[in-house]
Amino acid sequence: MHNSRWSEFAVESLIRVLGFSTVGLVALIFVFLLREGLPVLSEVALPNFLGRAWYPTFGSFGILPLVLGSVLVTVTAIAIALPLGLATAVFVREVAPGWAREILKPMIEVLAGIPSVVLGFFGMTMVAPWVRQTLGTATGLTAITGSLILTYMALPTLISVAEDALDAVPKSYRDAGLAMGATQWQTIWRVIVPAARSGIVTAAMLAMGRAIGETMAVMMVTGNAARMPTEWDALLRPVRTMTATVAAEMGEVAKGSTHYHALFAIGIVLFVITFAINMTAARAIFAKRRRGGLR
Amino acid sequence: MNRHRIQRLGFVLVGCASLLVTAPILLVVASIVVRGASAIDWEFLSTMPSQGMKAGGILPAIVGTLWLLGGTALICIPVGVGGAIYLAEYARDTWFTRAIRLAIVNLAGIPSIVYGLFGLGLFVLFLRLGTSILAASLTLAIMTIPVITSTSEEAIRAVPVEFRTVSASLGGTRWQGIRRIVLPQALPGIITGIILGLLRAAGETAPILFTGAAFFLPRLPRTLLDPTMALPYHLYVITTQVPGMPQQVQYGTALILLLLVLSLNVIATVIRSYFRRRRQW
Repeated sequence: MHNSRWSEFAVESLIRVLGFSTVGLVALIFVFLLREGLPVLSEVALPNFLGRAWYPTFGSFGILPLVLGSVLVTVTAIAIALPLGLATAVFVREVAPGWAREILKPMIEVLAGIPSVVLGFFGMTMVAPWVRQTLGTATGLTAITGSLILTYMALPTLISVAEDALDAVPKSYRDAGLAMGATQWQTIWRVIVPAARSGIVTAAMLAMGRAIGETMAVMMVTGNAARMPTEWDALLRPVRTMTATVAAEMGEVAKGSTHYHALFAIGIVLFVITFAINMTAARAIFAKRRRGGLR
Repeated sequence: MNRHRIQRLGFVLVGCASLLVTAPILLVVASIVVRGASAIDWEFLSTMPSQGMKAGGILPAIVGTLWLLGGTALICIPVGVGGAIYLAEYARDTWFTRAIRLAIVNLAGIPSIVYGLFGLGLFVLFLRLGTSILAASLTLAIMTIPVITSTSEEAIRAVPVEFRTVSASLGGTRWQGIRRIVLPQALPGIITGIILGLLRAAGETAPILFTGAAFFLPRLPRTLLDPTMALPYHLYVITTQVPGMPQQVQYGTALILLLLVLSLNVIATVIRSYFRRRRQW
């Protein structure tokens, strides 16, 4: 009997440790990024690091073009994905007949499961030539190509969180809208969607967090030119994101070099951005969950 | 315009949006299946690449991905499920529990390339594991833990509280109740979560780029400390790094990767719906 007490105590302690481990992991990740990335600040002057030129071989480590590249590609993708995803969520939740829902939901799950390299490969072989022909760009590997691929990578997150938000609107709202004589369509857009507004914003934020961290597909289709994307037609030109820079260059740098530290510093920037986005989204989700349902 | 006609127009519009979302998915899958199918035969699956990877098979990439999947599963299943048991059965609503939940949401949102950097810094360099299957599996496992924890927690929570009360009333301890009653009931949900997590890990490239993936290896990996080829990285290599690659080989590799991921997806869906129908509570 004593024996089983002890083994029970051991198991429960282990489970506790495993439960706590996630907090430790986040801290550990941040610590290691800082450890490898912060030295760049002593090796490179701050104006250089925040500058407009990324030419590591010539000692220029300006991350501004990379940050702007990421922002351009991501914001464009979300601008396309938000209306598309919200409309799809509305269709699935409110409009679609049962059989259509049975087809749509698994297909969106399939999309969520397609590996990023496969979408990148598809982007290179099918989307890029299409972009070059229809938009008349010099190359198909442009910011807009990346945005289009990212749109579809962001959609599953966006749709499923938006669906949860719509689902959490109490049935009484719907009934009230219809009882007032509004059509189903009017009820959806004037009552249900406004009531689910903050959940939909959360959906867009989580999708944006996904998109800004996406690496392989973006690297394969955006052309990877580290230049400031500030012209009016920047979307139609090649661009380089933070993630693609790290992925493309880390394999070739010497450990402990300035370039190595600079790539880790980009990792810190990515970590902080996604951490801020997810923290805000998580607070919204938890606050709403306590009040019964994401809204 | 009549508001009922507006409604009909609106329904058509959101229906079209859904088509716009789903049609490209079909296009991706169909184009890869159609163009890749002709590349795949027994030789493609069972031989080493030859002539600078332009001919021969992709055996080392398939085997490597299986090694990575096995290694990842070994690490992330106990940690992920253990964390879920803690959150569902032991954690009280304190600030620390909230911190754990925030940590899980954040872990799930950290970009895969940042996991790659972390794995390089901690496992490859600091712990001196080198670029190896072990370092890559550890990196992939940490990325997979939040997926497994959150889906498993949901599955454990779904088991009605009466099951625990009855177990306790029969004289069972808390852990006995969890192990003999709650976990078996939650198992289908947990397995589904594990498969969904591993499916993501199987397709990831960025976390293994600097932690374990090799451009080309003339032989299969023998120990956990060897680097390895892997399907997603191989696809990246043959589409962007090797000029003059026959398209058929590229599509064939993409198809094998897609098949692996989709079949895991189907298995997860089948398990979920089968047990949901059989469940009696």
